[in-house]
Formats: sequence, structure tokens, C-alpha cells
Amino acid sequence: MLPDQSQAILELRGLSVSYGGIQAVKGIDLALFPGELACLIGANGAGKTTTLNAIAGLLPLAGGDVIYAGERLNPVPAHKRLAAGIALVPEGRGIFTRLTVEENLRMGAYIRRDKVGVEADMEKVFEMLPRVKERLPQVAGTLSGGEQQMLAIGRALLSRPRLLLLDEPSMGLAPIIVEKIFEVIQSVAREGVTILLVEQNANLALEFSSRGYVMESGAITLTGSGEALLADPKVRSAYLGEIG
Amino acid sequence: MNELVAAVPWLGRRNPMAARWLIIVLALAAPLIAMMFGRSWVRVLDFALLYMMLALGLNVVVGFAGLLDLGYIAFYAVGAYTFAFLASPHFGVHWPFWAVLPLGAAFAALAGIALGFPVLRLRGDYLAIVTLGFGEIIRIFMNNLNYPINITNGPQGINMIDPIVLFGWDLSRTLKIGDFTINSLYLYYYFFLLCVAGSILLIQRLQISRIGRAWAAMRDDELAAKAIGINIRNMKLLAFSLGATFGGVAGCLFGAFQGFVSPESFSLMESIAVLTMVVFGGMGNIAGAVVGALVLALLPEVLRDIAVPIQQMLFDRVLLDPEVLRMLLLSLAMILMMLLRPVGLIPAKARYAHPEHLPRKKEARP
Repeated sequence: MLPDQSQAILELRGLSVSYGGIQAVKGIDLALFPGELACLIGANGAGKTTTLNAIAGLLPLAGGDVIYAGERLNPVPAHKRLAAGIALVPEGRGIFTRLTVEENLRMGAYIRRDKVGVEADMEKVFEMLPRVKERLPQVAGTLSGGEQQMLAIGRALLSRPRLLLLDEPSMGLAPIIVEKIFEVIQSVAREGVTILLVEQNANLALEFSSRGYVMESGAITLTGSGEALLADPKVRSAYLGEIG
Repeated sequence: MNELVAAVPWLGRRNPMAARWLIIVLALAAPLIAMMFGRSWVRVLDFALLYMMLALGLNVVVGFAGLLDLGYIAFYAVGAYTFAFLASPHFGVHWPFWAVLPLGAAFAALAGIALGFPVLRLRGDYLAIVTLGFGEIIRIFMNNLNYPINITNGPQGINMIDPIVLFGWDLSRTLKIGDFTINSLYLYYYFFLLCVAGSILLIQRLQISRIGRAWAAMRDDELAAKAIGINIRNMKLLAFSLGATFGGVAGCLFGAFQGFVSPESFSLMESIAVLTMVVFGGMGNIAGAVVGALVLALLPEVLRDIAVPIQQMLFDRVLLDPEVLRMLLLSLAMILMMLLRPVGLIPAKARYAHPEHLPRKKEARP
């Protein structure tokens, strides 16, 4: 059952985004509720990353509204959205490869002024990501893919987000590492952070999510609970590699 | 300074204190040593210091912020011409040095912003092309703004620019203390040295500041930098304008020192020479910019001095003009550098914000 619509932390209403004349996202509606882990799945080029970047304010909208905690975010620039609590872990991780791991983490707290709070959050991140702690003085570009992904998540957490947008955290990683990343995501969700997860690995994403949205060439075609979508024959045939 | 100290071969790591003093003594004694080979060598050193300021400024743009700028010399031109306009018989204005210097810096910074705005969305090759064009536009303006109204005096340039006068003390005159005389070239040297030291100090603070870290992040990944709340537009404009400021100051000093400016001092080759210094020394690294500028400013002069006699000795005549040889050897130096040490003479370190976290022990990767 969907919770009361008015309590949504994030709501997209008829969101459209265009790239040089091509409409990549064609008026989608989406709602996220506090504390939930929802996923947006779909094939390559369906507009998932575009949607996420538009929520983070990295792309201008062609139409529709982004409403966050009851406020219309359309005119708010990216760096102010972060201050409002929306953090994005970009596709391909976006690690600062020539800075050290510690510098990368601290850059996550770039907009924060409360030193004590940052130190406390650093400790929290270390607890959650012991691998990252081991590598603090190392140049971030020398980390493995999985470690870089964890670092990117840790960095986003240091802005103390209320809403975390994750773009393909499993990309290019070995299955065993992907499992670990998802465990981290789940523990972040348990801390009460609302998460919107974009994934091509639909099976895993739906398994961990309470709700899912299926996106196809710029439009949302299906929505439902994680289990329901996992069981849906259309989803199974289209995204889970089963011949229906 | 610490980077410079660490870069001193052998001594730098063993005894940083001694290395530090070695650098200071060498910097102070350099013109005295150069004088033994003739007065022109002191002049060469003076110019080397100006190139250092330019390399330091360009390093802010290219090394820290990762914005490839092939028109940097334009800011040098803006500074030099500002000084020439406001302190020469050309317009009959003779403003004091301390009044013109900040103006030159400010105009250069404005020019930096003027360049920054249109290139905000450009990266890599495209950025390089537009900045290159910008540098040429400024030079061509200087070359042609003598008609219909004579502003820049065209290709003839502006002559008889006022020297640097510090609190009534004219640096262009030989200083006499009793029987002791100090040549003006020395005075300029020490003044420029002070300016370079000041620039190093400023840029060092800048590098470890919030701004410096934002630049480093932007350079490594622009999208991710946006995602962690960095205002990319402001940071790019700031990089262009702050980098330009150093160019403008160096330009003012150049105009006053030389007493003459003309468009041909600000050609594309000069932009490339300064960029070469930054790359040669090690991008994103203050010590690299300083050493790169020093080596590449002195090398051609040394060559000029020995190329002619050697050729005459070997072939009885001069086959290659030293100027041709200069470009040839500069290119060769760059090619060798890219092959043998692509990160530059003194590679940049990753540790911007937290020098206390210097490498504990190199961990093996699993």
C-alpha cells in the first residue's frame, strides 16, 4: 500500500528533461517516502540517470516539478540542493582520483561548517566502511572499483543527506563485491536515510527495495512493491533475463 | 617552500633545514654569481623571476583548477599595457607605482573573468582553442589600436615607461651607499624575488584553502564536484581571475623594468613557453612551476651564449640561429620529459588539505 501522498519526501510531477532536442525523460511521476529504499530500474538509455541528475539539479528541466519536503526545487541550483539534504553518488562513482581517500571523504562535507559533527560522521562512515578506513592516506585513484564505490557512498554520507541518490552502484563490479555494496546500502537505509537507487541489475535492486519503478524509453511503465515486480512476468522477461 | 625544500636533490630529504638555507642563500647570491659572467646574466635572472610569477599564476589555472589556458600571456599584456598607459609620456600620465600595480592586477583579473564567462562550458581541446584565440585577440588589439585614435601606439609599442619607484626610491638608478654602489639590475632582482616569494606564499595558502580543494575536486571530476556542493561556475571564474591577477602583476613589473612594451612580447609562443614551464616543472605543484620557469628561462640564454661559438668552431660559420635552436631544444626537452617523466620534474602530491597525513607506509594492493 502506498503511504499518504502528502508525506512524500520527494515527488516528481510530470518531470521532463531534454538533451539537445531529444526528450530523454517524458513527463514521469514518482514519489518517495521518508526512510524507504526505492529503486528505478530499466534498460540502458531508458532515462534513469537523467532523472537522477535532474533531481540533483545537474540538468535543467524541460517541464514538470521536483518537489522536495513540500518545496518546489526547480529554481534551486545543485549546490543548494545538497545543503537541503539531497546527495548524489554519480554514475561511474566520480572519485577525485588525485586526492587521497581521506581528502575525498572530507570533500563530502565541503558545504558543512560544523567541525564536530563532521568528525562524528567520519567515525560513523569508518564503522560502516572499514575498508575505506584502512586506505585513508592512499591516493583514491589506486583503489579497486568496489572500494571506490564505497568511498563515493561514504563521501555522499558526509554531507549528512536525508535523501541519497545512487546511480548504478553495481556498475562494473564483480558479483561478490556487488553483494557487499548492497549490504552497505541497506545499512545506510537502516540509519533512516531515504534512498533512490538506479540500477540495471534489476534482480538485486528489487530484492533490496521496498518499492520499484520500471522505466522504459523515458516513461515509467510499471510500479509496485519490490516483491510484486520481481514476480511480474513482464518484468521477468524484460529485465531478469527470462523468456516469458 | 616545503615542496621546494623537499625537491632539493639528496639534501632535501636528509636535512630539510640545510636545504632550506641553501635555497635562501642561492636565491640571494644568484645575481652576484651571475655578475661574474657579465651584466646581461643578471638581466636574464630578472626575467627568470618574471617568468616564475607567470608560471605560478598559470599553474593556478592549469595545475590547480585543470583549465587548459593557451592565452595566458594576454593577462601579462594587460598588466604591462596598464602600466604603460598610466606611467609613461604616451598619455602624459605618471601615476605612482603603488597606484598602478593594483590597477594592473585588477584589470587582468577582469580580463580573466571576461575570458572565463564564455568558456564555462568548454573543456579540454575546445577550451584550449578558445583561450588561444583570446590571447591572440588581445595581442592583435594592442597591435592595431593606433588608428583611428592612437591608444596603444600599435606595433611600435610604448616607450620610456616610468621605472619602479618604491617610496621615493628609484630602482632604475644605481644605489650609492658611501663608496659602495649597487647596480639597478640587482635592485630589480631583489624586488622581483620579494614579489615571487610573496606569490608563492599566497598561492600556497590558496592551494590548501577551501577554494584550492574545490579546484582539485573540480579538476578530477566536474560532475562529482557539483554533486558535493561546489559552485563550479564561481570556482572556474575565480581560477581564471586569480591566475590572471598574477599575470597582471608580472606584466606591470615587466613594463616598468623593461621601460618599453610592444605587442611582439605577447605572442602565442610566449603563452606556450609559460605553459611549457608549468608542465616541465610538474603541473599542480608550486615548486614545479618555480623550477620549471627557472630552468626553461635560463636554458635558452645559456644556449644562445654557447651555440654560436660552438658552431663557428665546428663548421666555421653559424648554421642554426640561436632562436631557432631555442625552439628546437625546448621541443626536444618537452618530448624527452613526456617520455621519461610525464608528471614533470617535481610531481604534484595528492595531499592538499592534510599535510599531517603524509604517507605512513606504502601498503601493497591486494
